[in-house]
Amino acid sequence: MPWLSALVILTMLCMAVFAPLLAPHSPIDQTLRDKLLPPFWFEDGSSKYLLGTDAFGRDILSRLIYGARVSLIVAALALTVGGGVGLLIGIVAGYMGGIVESILMRLVDAAFTFPAILFALLLAVTMGQGLGTLVIAISLLLWASFARIIRGEVLALKQRDFVALAKVRGCSELRIMLTHILPNVLNTFMVLVTLNIGVVIIAEAALSFLGAGIPPPTPTWGLMVSEGRGRIAEAWWVSLIPGLAITALVLSVNLFGDWLRDRLDPRLRQL
Amino acid sequence: MGGFIARRLLQGLVLLVLVATVVFFLGRLTGNPVDLMLPEDATGEDRARLIRALGLDGSLLRQYLTFIGSALQGDLGTSLRMRQPAVDVFLSRLPNTLAIIPWALLLAMLVGIPLGVVAALNRGRFLDRAAGTIAVLGIATPSFWLGIVLIFFFSVELGWLPSGRMGGPAHYVLPVITLSSFLTAGFMRLTRSSMLEVLESEYVKLARIKGLSESVVIWKHCLRNALIPVLTLWGVFVGNLITGAIVTETVFAWPGVGRLTYEAVIYRDFPLLQAVIILKAILILCINLVVDILYAYVDPRIRLT
Repeated sequence: MPWLSALVILTMLCMAVFAPLLAPHSPIDQTLRDKLLPPFWFEDGSSKYLLGTDAFGRDILSRLIYGARVSLIVAALALTVGGGVGLLIGIVAGYMGGIVESILMRLVDAAFTFPAILFALLLAVTMGQGLGTLVIAISLLLWASFARIIRGEVLALKQRDFVALAKVRGCSELRIMLTHILPNVLNTFMVLVTLNIGVVIIAEAALSFLGAGIPPPTPTWGLMVSEGRGRIAEAWWVSLIPGLAITALVLSVNLFGDWLRDRLDPRLRQL
Repeated sequence: MGGFIARRLLQGLVLLVLVATVVFFLGRLTGNPVDLMLPEDATGEDRARLIRALGLDGSLLRQYLTFIGSALQGDLGTSLRMRQPAVDVFLSRLPNTLAIIPWALLLAMLVGIPLGVVAALNRGRFLDRAAGTIAVLGIATPSFWLGIVLIFFFSVELGWLPSGRMGGPAHYVLPVITLSSFLTAGFMRLTRSSMLEVLESEYVKLARIKGLSESVVIWKHCLRNALIPVLTLWGVFVGNLITGAIVTETVFAWPGVGRLTYEAVIYRDFPLLQAVIILKAILILCINLVVDILYAYVDPRIRLT
């Protein structure tokens, strides 16, 4: 099973990296006389546009290929920023304990109670749409779950002999956190990253769908689904094909993540 | 019990102030919020007048206190597009959202919990894998796309169900399925793992030794206990439903607060969006509070934490 997932993920990665080489047409240029053509396996479909065209005569396949870029770039950045902040807070809260821990963990609880997607929408309106806004918005969605789990790990690590030894040898708190605690939670961190890729991709697509993602005409999968939904009766492919791409990628990433978790860190299974 | 409720109430209030504060400062993030409130063709004079009217010529702290002050009096500003108090707009749409949320929650429980039980009882076998596949698919499918797929098959192709807007019972079917899909998968996974834990416990072994029938053991002894951790997450689930309703109501042109949120984003109606977020926070906190109190009542151990 991991091989099929890996294949899908690899295909999407290639699409993202080699988009200009793979895309048969420009993802943005409009050819109005070719608008709303169906995929090639239909009678009036054309082999020029394998997956058909949208209402502006843009090639769906090319937009799909370029859309993979946005999804994966946003996923990479948001997981680095959001996951990184969560990792940092988790280590500090778990290791320092006391008042620092209570304040940080209260913030984590608050983040769990209040849906981050609402702040994401607010950010899009106040800061304007764009990659930066999107990354910050999705990071808000991630940090709390990272912080909570990493803290749990750190609490256990803190009791271990090598930490006590480091203290006896006079290491500073900062040094212990960086050289003794951090390397030991990296495994968990990587598992969390893989398990959250799907969450990020769906969040990005949903925000694009709601008009709060990367602004048009840049093709993103969520935006493509949104653009096609008004014409579902006459041209279903405009909306349904990009959605299929989202589902396929998220499914593969999740299955691969589960497999990786079971190999690297089976204790995290209950998550 | 009284102390517990008071403590939770205080926590909720602190959280609410936190949300309002974040919303306020995000509005100031890009300079003067007046620019977000005025239509694009506003003159410089309009701008100056609005700044004075809203008290935005004062210091930031003063503005913040004014904002909190009027929020406490139930004034969260005026929607730009509808020219009505944002609170009124929200309250007029709220019943429509509350009309689908309980159905979605019910559907998710009716499908998710039995599936979870069946999966746990057949651990590692075909039924477990089948249920697991459904759950994995439910999580991987974005609900906005699922809604469109359902419209395509059941409204456009088959013509069985209406594709949107409010109306008779038939109008509820597709939005409720769409809204519940993610939650169904959640209920299934949680019930399964919780059930597996309970099946290993001493009292279940004892019940079996006592010679009780397998169905009594499973549905009475196991499920009742397995559901406690599942139901403690109710508050989180309802929060999920309230945000999930944004996408679902958008797809189905359902005139609730979710669709209102989308409209506020699309039309850049900043005062409305700000009000919607604060009011949703209040809604979520109230639901969480009620759920917490119910649990503390049902399970006395919770009162201590």
